[in-house]
Amino acid sequence: MLSYLLLALLAVTIAAYFAGYSKARAFATGASDGSQHSLSGYHGAYVAAWAGIPSFLLVLLWLLFQGPVVDSLLVSSLPPDRVEGLDVGQLNLLVSEIKSVAKGNIFSEPDAVVLAAAERYNAWNAIANWAMVACALALAVGALFIARSKLAPRFRARNQVERITSALMIVCSLIAIFTTIGIVVSLLYETLRFFSMVSPLQFFFGLNWEPQIAMREDQVTSGGAFGAIPVYVGTLLIAFIAMLVATPIGLFSAVYLTEYASDGVRAVVKPLLEILAGIPTVVYGFFAVLTVAPAMRQFGELLGFSIAPNSALAAGAVMGIMLIPFISSLSDDALAAVPQSLRDGSYGLGATKGETITKVLLPAALPGIMGGILLAVSRAIGETMIVVMAAGIIAALTLNPFEPVTTVTVQIVTLLIGDTEFDNPKTLAAFALGLVLFLVTLCLNVIALSIVRKYREQYD
Amino acid sequence: MVKGSLTMDQQVVSPETTTTRSVVEDPKITSGDVSVFYGAKQALFDVNLDIPRYAVTSLIGPSGCGKSTYLRCINRMNDTIPIARVTGEIKIDDQDIYDPDLDVVELRARVGMVFQKPNPFPKSIFENVAYGPRIHGLAKGKTDLEELVTTSLERAGLWDEVKDRINEPGTGLSGGQQQRLCIARAIATKPDIILMDEPCSALDPIATAKVEELMMELREKYTIVIVTHSMAQAQRVSQKTAFFHIGYMVEYGDTKQIFEDPQDKRTQDYIFGRFG
Ligand SMILES: Nc1ncnc2c1ncn2[C@@H]1O[C@H](COP(=O)(O)OP(=O)(O)OP(=O)(O)O)[C@@H](O)[C@H]1O
Ligand SMILES: [Mg+2]
Repeated sequence: MLSYLLLALLAVTIAAYFAGYSKARAFATGASDGSQHSLSGYHGAYVAAWAGIPSFLLVLLWLLFQGPVVDSLLVSSLPPDRVEGLDVGQLNLLVSEIKSVAKGNIFSEPDAVVLAAAERYNAWNAIANWAMVACALALAVGALFIARSKLAPRFRARNQVERITSALMIVCSLIAIFTTIGIVVSLLYETLRFFSMVSPLQFFFGLNWEPQIAMREDQVTSGGAFGAIPVYVGTLLIAFIAMLVATPIGLFSAVYLTEYASDGVRAVVKPLLEILAGIPTVVYGFFAVLTVAPAMRQFGELLGFSIAPNSALAAGAVMGIMLIPFISSLSDDALAAVPQSLRDGSYGLGATKGETITKVLLPAALPGIMGGILLAVSRAIGETMIVVMAAGIIAALTLNPFEPVTTVTVQIVTLLIGDTEFDNPKTLAAFALGLVLFLVTLCLNVIALSIVRKYREQYD
Repeated sequence: MVKGSLTMDQQVVSPETTTTRSVVEDPKITSGDVSVFYGAKQALFDVNLDIPRYAVTSLIGPSGCGKSTYLRCINRMNDTIPIARVTGEIKIDDQDIYDPDLDVVELRARVGMVFQKPNPFPKSIFENVAYGPRIHGLAKGKTDLEELVTTSLERAGLWDEVKDRINEPGTGLSGGQQQRLCIARAIATKPDIILMDEPCSALDPIATAKVEELMMELREKYTIVIVTHSMAQAQRVSQKTAFFHIGYMVEYGDTKQIFEDPQDKRTQDYIFGRFG
């Protein structure tokens, strides 16, 4: 039903375009002295926009309100003796029973009241649906004719269409903004609930992270269970190892690609590096668990010290490999953006390639490179899959890279896996962790982007 | 070099003819049959040119005729273009600069270059000028370096304008100041030759006048080769002028003679404005 309606609206919109277009063509050929303000296509688009957009919005609103309105009609139509004494939960149960009967899912023998209500419910819904179709089509066709009647040679269809397009674009960007705001607000709300159960002091400064213990009734607020410091230390340790791997390799490969590689090599190596960026992180996770960690263990045994099967080193190293393309492609852009004239100036003074790179190109590209590194750090902190698979779950407070550590993202995953109730601190802790993670990566991204932007302006 | 073979025949306008009307005694730079190829395309054909020391030599000619290409042969900047290939012989003070044993870095320290668009490094004014001395180890210590920077800026006529802001970025100067900074930067490596590729084309008349004045002063200590599109500038600043035309060096002689009495038809057309 709905899809047919939308198809019909689309058809009306297309028809509206041609209606507007042909009318405009008619007066364009009539007065070929160029007195027509807008091209005929704009007249068509104007009529089409009026026919399509309001009717589509009407359908959206209708769908939004039809359910609640019909529900409340349904409730008020129930016999008072049946509703009396029911609390909200029971009433909801009754309504959903009626609805499932209306859909034809009859499990046990429903009573007469429910059957009658289900019939009424179906009838009202049918009426509402048909009314929606009628209203939407009437609105579309009506708007088509009104808009078409407005067309005239001097009518400023182009300006109108431009205004409509820009409004559409604003709406699209608002969707993104409101989604972000919605996420932040819900994070904040749940975090506040968490902090009403566990003191922020404990969360931010506690050295003991054992959220599972708090599951037991008597220990809900017992001290130390939600100290997030080990989790953050683990996160930073892994991110640090990852950056230790990714920064030099990424930077040097960027320098090689921009300054040393021949065009042929560059044409092969650059796409290869970018393939690294396309590998799903879960595959990196396999690689870390099945290849890197055992290899490190064996190597550790050779040297006579033990490396845990889940080690920060394995997870960090593999994450570093994942981040190489990030750093290399942003550094590559930054180096390539340094004007050739600076290279010429340096070579012209007798500088070698190495001197030119270290003394002129890297300093000039430094802001861009820094931006890339910061973006990579925020990726490293937010990365989940590799650490879930390779780093471990136990929150030990350690800086030893051979030990298992855990990260914020891993903890969020483990807290929310399985049966969760959103009213105990164990689950809500995930939101607090998530909020802090979000704030940190947000800051990093803002700084990184502003650095990158600033340096872009430099060579304009 | 077609030294002394004065081809005066104006009727013959085959590309290969070169008119040279003055023999340069004791030249600083000599070129013998220099050709340059960019990939398969030849951009310069058998150029023979002797450039005198302690003088300004102008290279003029229509766009794309190979002036920059020739200039870039003198400090082997063409080496930085992978597809460029240079044949023939260029000698500076009788030393072949394309000799495989010669160190390009040393050569470029001796042959400074100033580019069409001012290209100061995004560093402080001081660091810009100190760049060359630092990489070549020309200064013995901090005070030595400071002195070298100061004298270079003074010689480039920029010292008075920047002495209070020596640690501010060189990119913050005006275009004309930036170009003089680039000249100071080139001077600081103590070259004996300065190559300038259209050094004034991005400057206003006042800044141009300053740079020209500078060239005339610098001439006493340096050998200067300048590419210019302004014939007035060539006449004002240079003692010798070479006219290039689609890859050939067509005519070379004293500036006064080239401008007042060109022999080759192509030179006449260009100088008297009958060509594009
Ligand atoms: N890097 C390069 N790769 C390929 N061809 C080049 C390159 N540089 C110059 N050329 C070609 O060589 C020829 C001479 O160029 P050159 O830059 O020497 O001219 P020019 O006389 O300096 O011109 P202008 O007055 O416009 O600067 C031109 O045809 C040009 O297209
Ligand atoms: Mg040029």
